[in-house]
Amino acid sequence: MKERLQQIREEARKQIGEAGTLDALNDVRVSFLGKKGALTAVLKSMKEVAAEERPRIGQLVNETREEIERLMEDAKGKMEQALREKRLKAEVIDVTLPAKKNQLGHRHPNTIALEEIERIFIGMGYEVVEGPEVEKDYYNFEALNIPADHPAKDEQDTFYVNGDILLRTQTSPVQVRVMEQGKLPIRMIAPGRVFRADEVDATHSPSFHQIEGLVVDKNITFSDLKGTLAQFAKELFGEETKVKFRPHHFPFTEPSAEVDVSCFKCKGSGCRFCKGSGWIEILGCGMVHPHVFEMCGIDPNEYTGFAFGIGLERISLLKYEIDDMRLLYENDVRFLQQF
Amino acid sequence: MNTALSWIKAYVPELSCTDQEYCDAMTLSGTKVEGYERMDKNLEKIVIGRVEKIEKHPDADKLIVCQVDIGSEVIQIVTGAPNVREGDKVPVVLDGGRVAGSAHSSGPRPENGIEIKAGTLRGVPSNGMMCSIEELGASRDMYPEAPENGIYIFPEDAQVGADAIEALGLRDTVFEYEITSNRVDCYSVLGIAREAAATFDKPFTPPVIEIQKEKGRIEDYVSVEVQDKDLCPRYLGRVCTNIKIAPSPQWMQRRLAASGIRPINNLVDITNYVMEEYGQPMHAFDLDTVAGHKIIVRRAKDGDTFQTLDGQIRRLDKDVLMICDAEKEIGIAGIMGGENSKITDNVKTVLFEAAIFNGANIRKSAKRIGLRTEASGKFEKGLEARNAEAAVNRACQLIEMLGCGEVVGGIAQDGLPLSPLREIAFEPERINRLLGTKIPAEDMLKIFEKLEIVYQKESGLLVIPAFRQDLAGFADLAEEVARFYGYDKIPTTLPSGEATTGRLPFKLRIEEKAKDIAEYCGFSQGMCYSFESPKVFDKLLLPPESPLRSAVTISNPLGEDFSIMRTLSLNGILSSLATNYNRRNKNVRLYELGNIYLPHQTPVTELPEERMQFTLGMYGEGDFYTMKGVVEEFLTSVGMRERVEYDPEAQKSYLHPGRQALIRYQGETLGYLGELHPQAADNYGIGTRVYVAVLDMPKITASATFERTYAGLAKYPAVNRDISMVVPKAVMAGQIEAMIAQRGGRILESCKLFDIYEGEQIREGFKSMAYSVVFRAEDRTLEDADISAVMKKIWNGLESMGIELRQ
Repeated sequence: MKERLQQIREEARKQIGEAGTLDALNDVRVSFLGKKGALTAVLKSMKEVAAEERPRIGQLVNETREEIERLMEDAKGKMEQALREKRLKAEVIDVTLPAKKNQLGHRHPNTIALEEIERIFIGMGYEVVEGPEVEKDYYNFEALNIPADHPAKDEQDTFYVNGDILLRTQTSPVQVRVMEQGKLPIRMIAPGRVFRADEVDATHSPSFHQIEGLVVDKNITFSDLKGTLAQFAKELFGEETKVKFRPHHFPFTEPSAEVDVSCFKCKGSGCRFCKGSGWIEILGCGMVHPHVFEMCGIDPNEYTGFAFGIGLERISLLKYEIDDMRLLYENDVRFLQQF
Repeated sequence: MNTALSWIKAYVPELSCTDQEYCDAMTLSGTKVEGYERMDKNLEKIVIGRVEKIEKHPDADKLIVCQVDIGSEVIQIVTGAPNVREGDKVPVVLDGGRVAGSAHSSGPRPENGIEIKAGTLRGVPSNGMMCSIEELGASRDMYPEAPENGIYIFPEDAQVGADAIEALGLRDTVFEYEITSNRVDCYSVLGIAREAAATFDKPFTPPVIEIQKEKGRIEDYVSVEVQDKDLCPRYLGRVCTNIKIAPSPQWMQRRLAASGIRPINNLVDITNYVMEEYGQPMHAFDLDTVAGHKIIVRRAKDGDTFQTLDGQIRRLDKDVLMICDAEKEIGIAGIMGGENSKITDNVKTVLFEAAIFNGANIRKSAKRIGLRTEASGKFEKGLEARNAEAAVNRACQLIEMLGCGEVVGGIAQDGLPLSPLREIAFEPERINRLLGTKIPAEDMLKIFEKLEIVYQKESGLLVIPAFRQDLAGFADLAEEVARFYGYDKIPTTLPSGEATTGRLPFKLRIEEKAKDIAEYCGFSQGMCYSFESPKVFDKLLLPPESPLRSAVTISNPLGEDFSIMRTLSLNGILSSLATNYNRRNKNVRLYELGNIYLPHQTPVTELPEERMQFTLGMYGEGDFYTMKGVVEEFLTSVGMRERVEYDPEAQKSYLHPGRQALIRYQGETLGYLGELHPQAADNYGIGTRVYVAVLDMPKITASATFERTYAGLAKYPAVNRDISMVVPKAVMAGQIEAMIAQRGGRILESCKLFDIYEGEQIREGFKSMAYSVVFRAEDRTLEDADISAVMKKIWNGLESMGIELRQ
C-alpha cells in the first residue's frame, strides 16, 4: 500500500509537470483526486488494510493528497502567471495616440478674472451684491455727490433713456443702494456691467465691467483701505506685488487715490504692458465722502468707510495679454478656447 | 496742461531736482505728471560761433566755405545755407555732436537724433555744421525771429564759444500734467508752482503786481453793468491806451510756445500769458469799437444770431450770456469775442475783460452753440473773482513792462459781492482717525501754511484761501494732510471690528452652476451687448404685435445698432454663432449669462425689469436632444429633480415650428428650446441647423435648491419588464411616459425608451417604440402578481391612447 501511494505520488508529480494547460492540469486533478481517481481508489481499498495499520495508512493517504494538491497549486500559479504575462505582452498600446476627450467649454476671460477677484474678497469677508444696469440718475450721480451741473456728468458720456433714467456709467450706485438699506457694518463688492458712450475700437467699448467695493463701519481708516488693497493686489498678482497710492479726485470719496501695482508682467523692470514705467494703474479708491453718507442716512460723525472701483477689463486684458477689446464681444471660439 | 519747468522755477527759485524726481514727487503729492520731454533732447556739442569769412566752394555753386570762430579756435564749415553773412553769430554743432532733427524733413524726429561728424563736402573739409531752429528740435512758433529756411542767427551780443542751447533757453523740460476737475487753481502755472513749492518745501514767490504809472481814470473810459448776475457773478474791465502792437519779448514767446500756444503779438501774447499764469481767460476789446463806452452783460434772446471773431455766424438762445455795448452784442460771454470788436493792428485803446461766469451755463452754452474754446474750457470749471482781479492787474502790469501801452487807473466792475472766505474747524484727532495716522497737529498746520490755509488760533478755524474752492469740509482737509504727509507713509492695516461672512448670494451660485454645466457640456461662455438694433425683431421674425417689440430705448445711442435694450437674449448668441460660422469654425457651442430689460410700460417712466437669461446656442454635432440634455443636466445640478415637461406649443416665431418646446417644471415655464427657424438662420447667414435654449434664471432660482437628502440604497430586488408597442405618430413620448408614470404608481422606479423606429416594417402613420420599465418596492420583494396587475393597468392605459401592444 505504501509503495502504491509512493507510486501515485511520483506519477502525479510527473503528470503535473507535463500538463501544459489549465485544462490538462484539471484532467490530472480528476485522474488522481476525482471520484474515480487513483487516490480515491486507494481510500476505497482501505478495508483491505489491517485495522491497526489503517491510521498510519490513512495519514499517508492524506499526506499524499496534500502533496498532490500543493503541486497542483504551484503548477496552476505558475501557469496563470505565464498566461497573464503573455496577455500583458499582447496588450501593449501606443500611449501617444490622441486622447479621447469630453470636449469641455471654456469660461470667458472676463469671468475667470472676475471669479478670482470675487474669491479673494469673499475670503476677506465681503458679500457679493448686484444692482440694476438701467439705473436712476439719482443713484448714478446725485447721491454720489455729482449734482446736476457737475462737469463729471459730461466727462462720463452717459447713455440716457430719459432725464431720470440712464445706463449706469459705474458700479458705484450699488454702494448707495446698499447703504440706504442701513444694515451696518458693510463689506461688499458689486461686480457688473457699465456703459459709456465710447465708439467700439481696440481699446474702447460702450459696455464694460467694474467691480465696486465698499466697507463701512466705525473706525474704518485710510490705512485700512491701503492694507486691504495691498492684500488684494498680492493675492491677485503675486506675493511680491507692490502697490502705490497716488492722490486723485473722485466726487464721492475724500481723500481719494489711484492705485498702481508693480507691473505683474515684468515685475517692475519696465515692459510694453506698463509702458516702461514698471507700474500699472488698476483702480481708483478713497474714503467715502461725508456728503454721500449723509444722503444715504448714515451719520458721518459715527461711521467712516472706504470704497474702490476696479476696471475688470483693465485686469483681464493685461493679465491675458489680449490686445483688442473687440475680441471680448466677438465670441470666436478660437479666442475663448485659449482660456 | 503743458508747462516748461523754467516757468515753474520762476516762482519757486530754489527748486532743484532732476526731471524724474520732479515727476515722481509731484505725482505723489497729487499733481499727476503724465509725461515730460527735455527740450535739449539729442542736442550735444553745440556752441555759438561767429562766421569770420565766407568763400565760394571751388566745386559747387550752391555751397559756401565758412571760417567760423568758436571761441577756442576757428574751424572750417561747408554749408548750403543761403542766409549766413560774415559777422553772423550762429549755432555750430561740433564734430561728434548731435542735433534733434533734419532741416528738410517734416516727419517725426529720429529717436536718437542725428550725429554730426567732420567730413568733406565735394572735396573740401568741413568740421561741423551750422544749424537751423528745426535742427535744434524747436520751431519758428517758439522762435519767430528764426529765418524760414536757413541758419538761426543769434543777436549781436551773443557770446562766441558759449553753449548755444543754454543761450536759446532750451536747457529746459516741458511737463504735461493731468489736473483733476476739482483743482481749478492748478489749471495755471501759479497753481502748479504753489503745489511744487509745497511738495519740495521751498519758498513760493508769485509775481508782485505793481503798476508804476497809471494815467487817467477808468470812469472816463468805460462803465460796466451786469444785468444777469446769476450767470456773471463778477465782471472786471481795465483799459490801456496808446497801444503799440509789436512782437512780445522772446522769454514770453518761448514760455507760451512751450505751453503749446503760438506767439502772435504783444497784446494777444499778454492775454494768453496771463491765462496760463493765472488760469483766468481774458478778452481784449478794441475800446473804440465799444459803442457808448459801456459794457452790458445780459442774456441773448431766442433766435438771435451773432458773428464770432472766427467769422462764423452763431445761433443764440435766451440762456446764452452775451457781452454787449450800448448798442449791440460784442461777444459771447466766456466762449468767443465778436467779429465786430476784435483787435486789429491799428488798435489804440484796449479794454481787458476778466470775468467770472457760471461754469455750468458756459458748458451748456458752448455745447448748444457747438463752439468749445480754450476759454470756455476754463470757465466751465468755475473760476474765482479775486483771481480774476489779480489777472487783469497782471495784464496791465505786463503792458507797462513790455512798453506796449499806458495803463488807465482803476477797474470798472459789477457783479455780486465777493463771497467771504470759507472757514473750517481744525480737528487734528479726527483727521488722524480717518487716516489711521498719528500726525502731530503742528505738522498738519505746517502743511496748511504751505498751502496758504491760515489757522486762527483763537477760533480754532482754518481760513481757506479763495483759490481753493475745492476745500469744503473736514475730509478735504484730511486729504491735504495725507498727500503732503505722503500717501506712502500712511500705515497699511486691515479693517478691525465685527467679523463678516463673505458669501456669494444664491442667485450667483446658481449662475455659477449654469456656467459649470454648460462648460462640461462643451459650451464656451460668450459675452454679448445689452443694447442692440430694433431690426433684431424682424430678423427673429417677431410678429408686429409682439410685446417683446416694446423695449427701453436709449435717447442718445451710438447708432441704431446700439439703440434699444434687448428684450430677448437670442440675438447675441445667434450673432456670435454667425461670426463663428463665417470664420468656418466647426461644431460651435456657446452660452451666455446676461440680462434682458423688460419695460413696465413705454415710454419708460420707471426702471425696467432686468431678468438674467441663460442662453445656449450651437451648431455642428448634436441635435435637439443634445440641447435638451444640457437643460436637464443643469436642472438636476441645481436640485430640480422632478419630472421636466416639454410643451411643443411654444409658439416661438424664430424657431422651427415642429422642433420647439416650452420647458415646464411643476407648472412653471422655465424657458424654451428648439431648432432655429431656417428663415431666421438665413437672416443671420448661418447655413446649417442651429439649436438654442433659453432659461429664465429668476424662475430657476425660485425652484432651485442645494439641499440634498439621502434616500437610502434599495434593499429589495428590482423587476424589469419591456413594453414594445406600435404608436400613432402624433402620440408623443412624453404622453406615453406620463401614462406609464400615472398607471405604474408607487412601485414604478423608472421607465426608459430604448428603441424607436419608423420605416419599412411599420405601417404608415405609426412608429415602433420600446420601453424598459423597472419596478421595485421599498419594503418587500415584488411578486409576479404585483407586477402583472400593474402591467395590465399600464397596457390598458396605453391602448386607450390608440397604441397597439406587441406581446
